[in-house]
Amino acid sequence: MLITESKHNVGSGLPRDPQWKIVYRKLWRRRTASIGGAIILFYILVALLAPWISPQDPLRIHLAHEFQGPSFSHLLGTDDKGRDILSRIIYGSRLSLSVGFAAVFIGAVVGVPLGLVAGYYGKWVDAVIMRIVDILLAFPGILLALAIVSALGPSLINVTIAVGVFSIPTFARIVRGSTLTVKKLEYIDAIKTMGAGDFRIIWSHILPNILSPIIIQATLRLATAILTAAGLSFLGLGAQPPSPEWGAMLSNGRNFLWNAPHIAAFPGLAIATLVLGFNLFGDGLRDALDQRME
Amino acid sequence: MVNFILKRVLQMIPVLIGVTLVVFLIMHLVPGDPAVLMAGEGASPQRIADIRHQLGLDRPLSVQYADYLRNVLHGNLGTSIRSNRPVLKEILVRLPTTAELAVASVLIMVVIGLGSGILSAMRQGSWSDLLLMVLALLGVSVPSFWIGLMLIYYFAVKIQIFPVAGWGTWAHMVLPAITLGAGGAAIVARMSRASMLEVIRQDYVRTARAKGVKESVIIVKHALKNAIIPVITVVGLEFGALLGGTVLTESVFAINGVGRLIVDSISARDFPVVQGAVLFISVMFMVINLVVDILYRYFNRRIELN
Repeated sequence: MLITESKHNVGSGLPRDPQWKIVYRKLWRRRTASIGGAIILFYILVALLAPWISPQDPLRIHLAHEFQGPSFSHLLGTDDKGRDILSRIIYGSRLSLSVGFAAVFIGAVVGVPLGLVAGYYGKWVDAVIMRIVDILLAFPGILLALAIVSALGPSLINVTIAVGVFSIPTFARIVRGSTLTVKKLEYIDAIKTMGAGDFRIIWSHILPNILSPIIIQATLRLATAILTAAGLSFLGLGAQPPSPEWGAMLSNGRNFLWNAPHIAAFPGLAIATLVLGFNLFGDGLRDALDQRME
Repeated sequence: MVNFILKRVLQMIPVLIGVTLVVFLIMHLVPGDPAVLMAGEGASPQRIADIRHQLGLDRPLSVQYADYLRNVLHGNLGTSIRSNRPVLKEILVRLPTTAELAVASVLIMVVIGLGSGILSAMRQGSWSDLLLMVLALLGVSVPSFWIGLMLIYYFAVKIQIFPVAGWGTWAHMVLPAITLGAGGAAIVARMSRASMLEVIRQDYVRTARAKGVKESVIIVKHALKNAIIPVITVVGLEFGALLGGTVLTESVFAINGVGRLIVDSISARDFPVVQGAVLFISVMFMVINLVVDILYRYFNRRIELN
């Protein structure tokens, strides 16, 4: 497992740059990681600046302009109701990013403590938590999220909850593995003999040491979360019309493939590039933070 | 080996029970009265009471779960609200279609994934390596349903060499199988490339090369045999994603399989079918994982013995 240096550096004792600086340099040197980072940054800016950079109101229906292909007045064309697709994609980035971040946050907030407790206490606590994780992982792919949304009812918030729950077992499993490794380090024993309580050991000594696998997992998980959420919206279980959610836009576009394929093409490209950004950045982070690569 | 299989089967039992519990509880998350929801608007109180009784909702939760578990063990997954037919029958009618789609997609995943992974590893650092790995990265990032729609647009609408939707002939299978298999193929490609690169740096491969063994023989006989082991695990794991993905692919291509049954039943609020089909596919996934584990063990052992 991956262990980064923290304030409890058991290294050579030579003065070194802070960890974040080393990671930043390595990331910058890896071209794919910087491309990924640039894509993510671009989409975050687009989402933040949406009201100022969006050429039109994403919800404004303009039936006279329906089904127009890309042109100077509508860079990505218009949809079946004459709405400007570029503006819809710009506003849609807000939805995809917030659903992705919120779902991964839910997954981490529940999954990380579960993994920490399972790895630290071991024995029956570990057995019980890991069986629950096994059960959640027994649902293939999107199915668990699908089942949860089907019960909660279709909405973007419910999709976020469902995708969040779907992310819990992955975090728990990774954190448990890393906790097991860190727990065995000598200094943890030393702190224990000095009388530190379990909570303090977990919170201020184990958690800081396993942040890198958590961050890597969170980045890669964002890609999965955004894809899954878009898939659920595509099936009609997430954002409802006229919301400019990318998956929902794609779903609407499928009805017009024969005369206006651009309606489905562009939202799909938007999903693909954003997910690619997180995948590239996550891969780069893994290489930069994983000290075995040195 | 027998001991191993027995142990794995025994380990599976608590997870199986857990999965039934999760599926059972999820359907109790339904806000409001599921009976009212299922009966639809304007249903008579009598009809609502009937559905409530049919679902056993008028009894305590623990009793309901015990009943549910007993029924599941007897192969009774409940009755569809929509068609009034047994849920298991609804699933089994559609299972062959989904199985065909899954098998075709796994073939695509393994053949294309393994092929490009090996090719990439053999030409490490070349343009073809770079191109294949960029494609593999795209393969894991592009949503499958979008690939499906774009394939339909190009091959079915524009040049019209494959049917737009439906199922029946091999021509119907091509586009859906590519759609469903592409993501897995990308992951298998990355895994098999990494695994091959690790193996071809080993001493025994260098020895074989020094002995003047032909490159193709080295790849197939020496390298691949060892490189394939981690790939098997990935294929097994990806099979799960693939089974889940049938929901999207069947929906894109209007294929009447188990995946589409789930989606249609969700919109029709036919919860017994959703519950039954999710459980069915999950159990199928667990059984496949078991088989993969056994295969993995078998291949690993053979190498250890050699």
